[in-house]
This record gives sequence, structure tokens and C-alpha cells, in this order.
Amino acid sequence: MISAQLPILQVVLPLLAAPLIVLFRHPGLAWLVAAAVSWCSFAIAVALFFAVPAGGAFDYALGSWAAPWGIAYRIDSASAYVLVLVSLIASVVVTYARSSIAAEVDRDSHYLFYAMFVLCLGGLLGIAATNDAFNLFVFLEISSLSSYVLIAIGRRRRALHAAFQYLIMGTMGATFYVIGVGLLYLMTGTLNMADMAERLAGVSETRPVLSALAFITVGLSLKIALFPLHFWLPNAYAAAPSVVSAFLAGTATKVSVYVLMRFLFSVFGVRLSLDALHLFDLLVGLSIAATVAASLIALFQDDLKRMLAYSSVAQVGYITLGIALNNADGLTAAVIHLFNHGITKVALFMLVGGIVLRMGTTRFSDMAGLARRMPFTAFGFVVAGLSLIGVPASAGFVTKWYLVMAALERAHWWLAALVVATSLISALYVWRFVEMAYLREPAGDARRAEAPLALLVPAWIMVLACTYFGLETSYSLTGAQEAAAALARGFR
Amino acid sequence: MRSQLVLRVIAKLLIPFMLLFALYVQFHGDFGPGGGFQAGVITAAAVILYGLIYGLPAARRLVPDRFVESMIACGVLLYGGVGVAGMLLGGNFLDYFVLAADPVHGQHLGILLVELGVLITVAGVMLKIFYVFAGRGRDPGGA
Repeated sequence: MISAQLPILQVVLPLLAAPLIVLFRHPGLAWLVAAAVSWCSFAIAVALFFAVPAGGAFDYALGSWAAPWGIAYRIDSASAYVLVLVSLIASVVVTYARSSIAAEVDRDSHYLFYAMFVLCLGGLLGIAATNDAFNLFVFLEISSLSSYVLIAIGRRRRALHAAFQYLIMGTMGATFYVIGVGLLYLMTGTLNMADMAERLAGVSETRPVLSALAFITVGLSLKIALFPLHFWLPNAYAAAPSVVSAFLAGTATKVSVYVLMRFLFSVFGVRLSLDALHLFDLLVGLSIAATVAASLIALFQDDLKRMLAYSSVAQVGYITLGIALNNADGLTAAVIHLFNHGITKVALFMLVGGIVLRMGTTRFSDMAGLARRMPFTAFGFVVAGLSLIGVPASAGFVTKWYLVMAALERAHWWLAALVVATSLISALYVWRFVEMAYLREPAGDARRAEAPLALLVPAWIMVLACTYFGLETSYSLTGAQEAAAALARGFR
Repeated sequence: MRSQLVLRVIAKLLIPFMLLFALYVQFHGDFGPGGGFQAGVITAAAVILYGLIYGLPAARRLVPDRFVESMIACGVLLYGGVGVAGMLLGGNFLDYFVLAADPVHGQHLGILLVELGVLITVAGVMLKIFYVFAGRGRDPGGA
């Protein structure tokens, strides 16, 4: 009986934990509730992931109102994959959060931080679980609004500016999305995505539907920080507390990518979105621009967190490239890169959190001789950095492999070459860190000052995961393949 | 506003009726225009009027900050609690049919409780916004 309720418990548990934390107010208790809820969510997500039958889905009718009329949740392989990713990252990050938040956020606002954290988690999980286009918008807003607060909650004053900038851009993205949904509702009279996909078949080439496709694609591109719309991301990630950078880098943009794939493949269908409208050329162009330009910008950043943020913009380019290539391997590459890049970036940002705690700075020039002061942190950064580049035996390599395969299947040799070439740029910026940390003498104090274990252990779990999922891909890869198949198949 | 005798007396007369009207809007929401959101705003407006006439410190003594924050949380918990109650009684989340022996009665009960949750949270949020803006420059730390 309880297993039938898992799809809703997945979302409701974190959502209801938020007001509980506000009532408790005590920082330690707040952390305990947040951690318990995150780990429970992870357990539920894993249970769903293994329970979803290949090619099938769990349906859940809220309030027992049947599907096209009431709000329905639908967990198929693709949503289960995203649920596992988000809840995994949340659980590791919340374990790490306790010590990091103590150093970066005022004690009075700790309970608010954890309340916002679980609220954001609930929103992100809701986006993945729901099958209702408007419900999805509500969850998008829940997760976005709470992430604006999370970014602004630190002590740094520029965080306020960054959060406001993100708020303006994020709200525009959400508005575009809801305009698109409004147009779709106009044409189909339904908000249920499965029902919508069915009814769209009859009216697919009409102007409102095409406008809806345009609005939704642009709105979600803002949310995923696709290249020319990425300006909010580096500021937000750089100014936020380390925990928040880590959490958002691994989840927020990833979930929005999932929504984009859902709409392009499952709701509108490939024939309309990618074939009829030449979205392929556009997406490939933007993806290339993202990977090349953002990687180059990352190369010249003076701040470690900004460098990682620009690298995130570049990595989004790989994901959209996989979407644009639109074959089984390309879609698999896009889905598995959500996971691989998620764990890689979370590992890197968590390690940077340790550096912030010990050195009080993220400036590149202050990293000189870091390997002598914080050997485990520096080595972890290099290992995760290898995964960012996509060196064999790292998680990043699996993505690159499938991406190159997908490009070759479409006979785009130049694209395959480009994927390899842009990986070299990311090798350059990782090398910049190696040079600073290992080959320079420390400027002043050279005593050992390793990050505390409470930060190092969760970060290293993610670092090891980067290597593990590069060698043993049975779960991450088969999961991604099934998810890609589920996205392409749609709601049938 | 120490000297504005008319305002002070009229406000004291009006506020109970405002609160009563809020309850009317709340409970009549089933049959006419109204509901939890509107009722919550009217409830908050009564306190805000009190704050405007008698001063912010007086309003904060009447409805303290801590209480406002618990209101925000409790309303959401009541809403979610109704949903969970539906699950515990053997239905789905937010299933009102199972809340009472008679499904129609269950729907009434469910929507009433959920709207009450909305009232509490909306009133809390409105007051919080009022306190934060009115208290700018007065509170140490700006919160």
C-alpha cells in the first residue's frame, strides 16, 4: 500500500519538512530534519528507480481525481533517473552543509537556510515527478524562489545583487514557460502532458503551437543557462555560499534540461520540434558557441568559483548538443551527462567550500602552493577535474564517448572533432589549477591546514563517484539509456 | 498619531468587524466569491490598520514576530496535513472523499480545512511583509 504512495511522498516529504523546520527554529534540529528528509528522499528515489518497469510508468492521481482532469504524477525511467540524481546530490550536500554553513551563514538564519534548502529540493523533485504542465510551473517557481533566497543568504553583499539578477532572468524564463503552456492550453484544452501530446498531433502546425514551442524553448533555455542566456549563472554561483553553489550546480539547471527534453521529445514530438523547425541547426550552433566560448572565458577567470561556473555553462553545451543530435546515443549522452556532470561539479564546488573555509578566498592567485597546505583537497580537485575534462576512466569520459559516437552516426566528423577539441580547453583550465597548486611555492604561511573531515568526506565521496561511474557504468548508463528511450517514446 | 482621536476610536470600532468579515469571506467561500486567500488578506489588513493607527510597536506587541512566523509555517502544515490525512485514511494525497463517511461531506470538510490553512499562511505572509517594510531602518540588522 505504501509503495503506491511513493511518487507523492517523494515530493511531499521535503515540502512539509520546510514549515516544520521553521517551527523548530533550532539550528541543530533544523539540520537533522533536513538531512533525514534528504536521505529519505534518496531512498524513495532509488526504490522508484528500480521499481519502474522498462517501458512503463507509475501513475498517481492527486486527490483521486482521474488523470486528464486532476493533477497526475507520472514516474517513468526518465523522471526516476532525475529524481535519483537530485536526491543523491541533496543528501550528500546536506551532510556537508552543517560545517560549511556554520562558517558562511549567520547563526540566526541557519533554520531559514535549511527550510529553503528542503523547499528547493521539494520543488526540484516535483518538477521531475509531475505530469501536469502547470503544476510543473508551480514547482519551477518553488525551486527558483527558494534558490534566490539561498543565494542571497550568505554574508557577502554582492550575493544580493547576484540573486536579484538571477531573480529577474529566472522570472523571465518562468514567464515565457507559462505563456507557452497557456498557448498549449488554448489549443488542446488540457494541462496533462500525456493528454496534451496526444491532442497536439491534430493541431501541430498551427501558429499558437509553434509560438508555444518557441516560448517554452526560450524560457527553459534561460533556466538551463544556454549560452547567450547564461549571464545570471556565473554571478549567482560565485556569490552564493559554497553549499548552495554545489547544490544548484548539480541540480537546478539539470532539472530544467530534463523539462526541456520532456517538452521537445515527449510533448511536441521530434517531428515538430527538431525536424520541422530546424531547431537542430540552432541548437547545434548554440551548443558549439557555449562549449567554445564559455570554456575560453573560464580559462581567463581570476576566481575559482567563477571558473567552475563558466565551465558549467560550457558543459550545458554538451548536453544540448546531445539533444540536438537526436539519435539514441546523443540522447543517452545528454541524459548521462546530467548525472556525470552533476556529480563532478558538486565534487568540485564542495572542495572549493573547504578552500573557502581554510583560506578565506577563492582568488586564483591565492591558490599558490595549495597542494602543500591542503593536499587532499587539491588532489580531489585534480581527480574531479579529470572527469570534467573527460579523461578515460572518469565519468566525464562516458559522456564524451557517447557524444562522439552520436556525432559520427550522423556523419558529422567535424562535430566529433570539436567535442575533443573543446575538451582540450577544459584541460587547460584544470591545468591552471594544477600549476598553481602544485608547482608554485606558497606565498606566506605554508603550514598544513587541511579542510575538516566533515567537509572532506562528503566531497571525496563525490570525487570517488566521479571515478567509479567512469569504470562501472551499469546503473548510470543503462539508467540513462532507458531514460533516453522513455523520453523519445513519450507518453505512449 | 497620538492626537488623532477620531481615527483611533473609529479604528477600534472597525477592526472587530473587519475580522468578522474575514471569517465571512472564509466560510462563504464554498458558495460565493471568497476563500482563504482573500480572508487571509482581510485578516492581515485588520492588524495592519491597527499598526498604522497605533504604531508598529503596538502591532508587534499584539501579534509578535515569532507568532507571525509560526502562522506561515502552521498554515502550510495544516494544508499538507489534510493531504496526509487523506493518505492515512486509505486514499491518495489530498483525497477529501475519504475524510468523512459521506464523500460529499468529506469534500466540504477537506476544502474548509485546506482554505483555513491558506488563511493562516496568507495572513502571516502579509503581516511579515508589512513588518519587514515598516521596520526598515528601525530594527538592528534590518531584519
